[in-house]
Amino acid sequence: MLRDSVILLVGFAYLGVLFGIAYFGDKRADAHRSIISNPYIFTLSIAVYCTAWTFYGSVGRAANSGVGFLPIYLGPTLMAALWWFLLRKIIRIAKTQRITSIADFIGSRYGKSAMLGGLVAVIAVVGIMPYISLQLKAISTSYIVLQNYPDLVMPYESSASALWEDTTLYVALLLAAFTILFGTRHIDATERHEGMVAAIAFESLVKLLAFLAVGVFVTFGLFSGPADLFTRAAAVPELASLMSFEGMSGGYASWLSLTFLSMMAIMFLPRQFQVAVVENVNEDHIRKAAWLFPLYLLIINLFVLPIALGGHLLFPSHTFSVDPDTYVLTVPMAERQEGLTLFVFLGGLSAATGMVIVATIALSTMVCNDLVMPVLLRIKALALTERKDVSSLLLGIRRGTIIVVLLLGYLYFRLIGESYALVTIGLVSFAAAAQFAPAILLGIFWKGASRRGAMAGLSTGFVVWAYTLLLPGFAKSGWLPVDFVEQGLFGIELLKPYALFGLTGLDPIAHAVFWSMLVNVGLLIGVSLFSRQSAIEQIQAAFFVDAFRTSNQEGQARFWHGSTTVSDLKGLVGRFMGAARANAEFATYARRRGVDLDEQGSADPGLVNFAERVLAGAIGAASARVMVSSVVKGEALSIEGVMQILDETSQVMEYSRQLEQKSRELEAATAELRAANKRLQELDRMKDEFVSTVSHELRTPLTSIRAFSEILRSDPDLPKHKRQEFLEIVVKETERLTRLINQVLDLAKIEARHVEWHMEDVDLRQIIEDAVAAVSQLFNERKVALKSQLPPVAAIVNADRDRMIQVVINLLSNAAKFCEPKLGRVEVSLVANQDKLRVAVVDNGPGIPSDQAKHIFEKFHQVADQQMSKPRGTGLGLAITKLIVEHHGGKIWVESTLGQGSKFLFLLPALQTIAARAASSRNH
Amino acid sequence: MAKNILLVDDEPNIVLSLEFLMKRVGYGVQIAADGDAALEAVKQQRPDLILLDVSLPKRDGFNVCQTIRANPEWNDIRIIMLTAKGRDVEYEKGLALGADDYVTKPFATQEVVDKVRAMLGDDT
Repeated sequence: MLRDSVILLVGFAYLGVLFGIAYFGDKRADAHRSIISNPYIFTLSIAVYCTAWTFYGSVGRAANSGVGFLPIYLGPTLMAALWWFLLRKIIRIAKTQRITSIADFIGSRYGKSAMLGGLVAVIAVVGIMPYISLQLKAISTSYIVLQNYPDLVMPYESSASALWEDTTLYVALLLAAFTILFGTRHIDATERHEGMVAAIAFESLVKLLAFLAVGVFVTFGLFSGPADLFTRAAAVPELASLMSFEGMSGGYASWLSLTFLSMMAIMFLPRQFQVAVVENVNEDHIRKAAWLFPLYLLIINLFVLPIALGGHLLFPSHTFSVDPDTYVLTVPMAERQEGLTLFVFLGGLSAATGMVIVATIALSTMVCNDLVMPVLLRIKALALTERKDVSSLLLGIRRGTIIVVLLLGYLYFRLIGESYALVTIGLVSFAAAAQFAPAILLGIFWKGASRRGAMAGLSTGFVVWAYTLLLPGFAKSGWLPVDFVEQGLFGIELLKPYALFGLTGLDPIAHAVFWSMLVNVGLLIGVSLFSRQSAIEQIQAAFFVDAFRTSNQEGQARFWHGSTTVSDLKGLVGRFMGAARANAEFATYARRRGVDLDEQGSADPGLVNFAERVLAGAIGAASARVMVSSVVKGEALSIEGVMQILDETSQVMEYSRQLEQKSRELEAATAELRAANKRLQELDRMKDEFVSTVSHELRTPLTSIRAFSEILRSDPDLPKHKRQEFLEIVVKETERLTRLINQVLDLAKIEARHVEWHMEDVDLRQIIEDAVAAVSQLFNERKVALKSQLPPVAAIVNADRDRMIQVVINLLSNAAKFCEPKLGRVEVSLVANQDKLRVAVVDNGPGIPSDQAKHIFEKFHQVADQQMSKPRGTGLGLAITKLIVEHHGGKIWVESTLGQGSKFLFLLPALQTIAARAASSRNH
Repeated sequence: MAKNILLVDDEPNIVLSLEFLMKRVGYGVQIAADGDAALEAVKQQRPDLILLDVSLPKRDGFNVCQTIRANPEWNDIRIIMLTAKGRDVEYEKGLALGADDYVTKPFATQEVVDKVRAMLGDDT
């Protein structure tokens, strides 16, 4: 027989033990001999994740949907794998920025925005409310079930109690008192609560052992081992389905969304952030926790299915009406295991109180620092900045918040609690916490994420969450009209909260997660891309994203412009944290820097910055900024001053941005100039080379002309034939000179594009015939045979007739010049194939060495080792020929083997053959 | 015995004019049309003076000059460089490599003849 007195006695005794542990933990912390500084305590404190929901609810969910309880533990396991990468960065940031809560973290990241911090605090309170009510419900349910021991009475049968008879209300008030004692005993109101962490870790151990005890009792006490249990369960058809994945409701979307939600929850639920980030002593502890915590989850889930199946077998649904959420308690009760039952009750109590304590402490810090203080600081009538001691006010606010939060939880329980299963209530809170994920995750990896983006994403995500999860809950319980759930807001189908914009086929949680995350992430990214960050936002963004690179805080010091005295700063910090604490902090700073602060009249920016961070630990970053700015500017309270500094800084940053821009443009221009100059130099060098070569080529014939002219002049008695020979040379060299000058001018004109091209459709056959006629005299003189092979049909090209004739003449006369008289054979041919016309000039001359073939078209390139007797060209003919062919969109090259003659070829694009023309005219 | 002059140039007409000029004042003349032929000719019959063009096929005038100066036996062969590239660099380079004088094309015939005679100690 368990009487009320026994239950209450055991309950209070247990709370007393917890309090003792917390007290001991705090004492040790004050003596700088932390008992929580090891990875095991750290892991157990993270296990505050397992609440009454795990303790009672998992079995309930397993009883209904089999392995469906698993995603809630799969998510954190997956997340733990990322901790070293993710959590360590968050912790590093939180430590350097003295972050006190998740609201502080987000507000601080986005330019120490008080508004954003406040929004996060509001979301957290509203979002966690269902979760707290869940714990209250669990405690009171277990208490009521226990009260009726050994009878199995379900609590809803006695729920119509009046307010003052409601156990849950007393539970809530009791927990509030307990939490106040736990979390806000300290006057110094700093961010860490070592005693609390120690107590929480102890509770995690108790709930684990209690759950294991029930599991072992069911599996090995009631049945003979797991094999026996599963065999007997498999015999019952409705239980068999629980053991396979087929029995799962909701399908993959449901699994996916639950896994995702719990991944986010383990990081961003305010209480998880509190224990994992704010209370973390040493970031190296993450290493061990990353595998220890998943192990904890595995162990605590080991017996979920056995207990659920055992409960089912023990209380077949048609004979007993026992809520599966109570199996953990009712199974030992049914077997009259008094001791075990009480132990289980304590386990459940541990799970619930742990969550409530940490969550409400986290929320109270948040509400106080990020919601109430910023508002109070702005109300000048309160003259808060003038007050001597604000620390008691801070504690007052926090204590009030704890009571309010618990009463809100109770209210939710009274309004909604009865209509939901434990698990579903919890998931509503998970979905709310998930709204923080985008702002934090993007915030620590993407500098571009802006305050406006975070505001837009968070607020809209929160609204969608409320509309698709919270409000329908109120409606279902009859506190709101159900119309908007069933027909959509204003009767608009697309606005149905469970099928927004026609999205159906998902369970409400998956549906809400999808839409809220979509708008949250979408707006955060979208608005960030299109909004400009202020100076402080950019500074903070850099500190968060580059957390591992910039470990020192000196960079922030540049933010403070004004001056203040050391004593003013110390006084300010003292007002919030107590004079003793302030003195200690300042002494530490002086020692680390090796300076004597008493000698310094005015505070340097580093000290101002230090004071701000110390203060931020107590009242949050946003409020600390305002407070310090008031002292530094020497004014009562100058938000305007802060704004002015912000503006100045952003102006300076704007100038420097413009300067950078200008200097980049200059660099680019310089590079362009340098490149252009190089091109010019190259051109200059080429021109120089050209002039020198031309000069050489001009001087050579001139030399002969002058020499022979002088000989003829000075020697009138020369024999007639000599005289004739010399005169002949003078004439030939003069012709050569003329040709050279003409070609140099011609080449220069073509290269400078000063040539007028008379393009017309001409028959290439005609051009070749004209050229052949023009060179026939030369060929006759040199006794070289010339043959032409032309096709019977016209080959039309669009070309400058005279220039094309020049090309063919050039190739033919070159061939003639290099052939042996009498033996020489030259053939010119034209082949039309498809869209190209090919002209070839073949000779049986000496050929061209292969290494020269490429250079033969260059200016002034003359094939070396020609016999002295060969007539010399100008060295420009082929260069000009090439330019002309290329101008016509063609291509010229030479194929030659030394000693076996050469073959010069060029291709021109054919316009149309006569045949094709005729064909097309017939078709029309 | 008549002194011997080696004419090195790849322009047949210039060689022809120089040959006429040199023979007219009584010198023996050898002819080479490229750098290799020039060195070959020097080996065959050591000339007293070389009129050496700079731009030659195979081995240019500078190279020929340098090669000749590298051989002590040929040290006292006088060398007059001829060039159609009238730049100062060429002039400096030729002298630096051991040429005795330098004539720019187109040249005054009398001047070349005078230079050769002076160099060979034949001026009256």
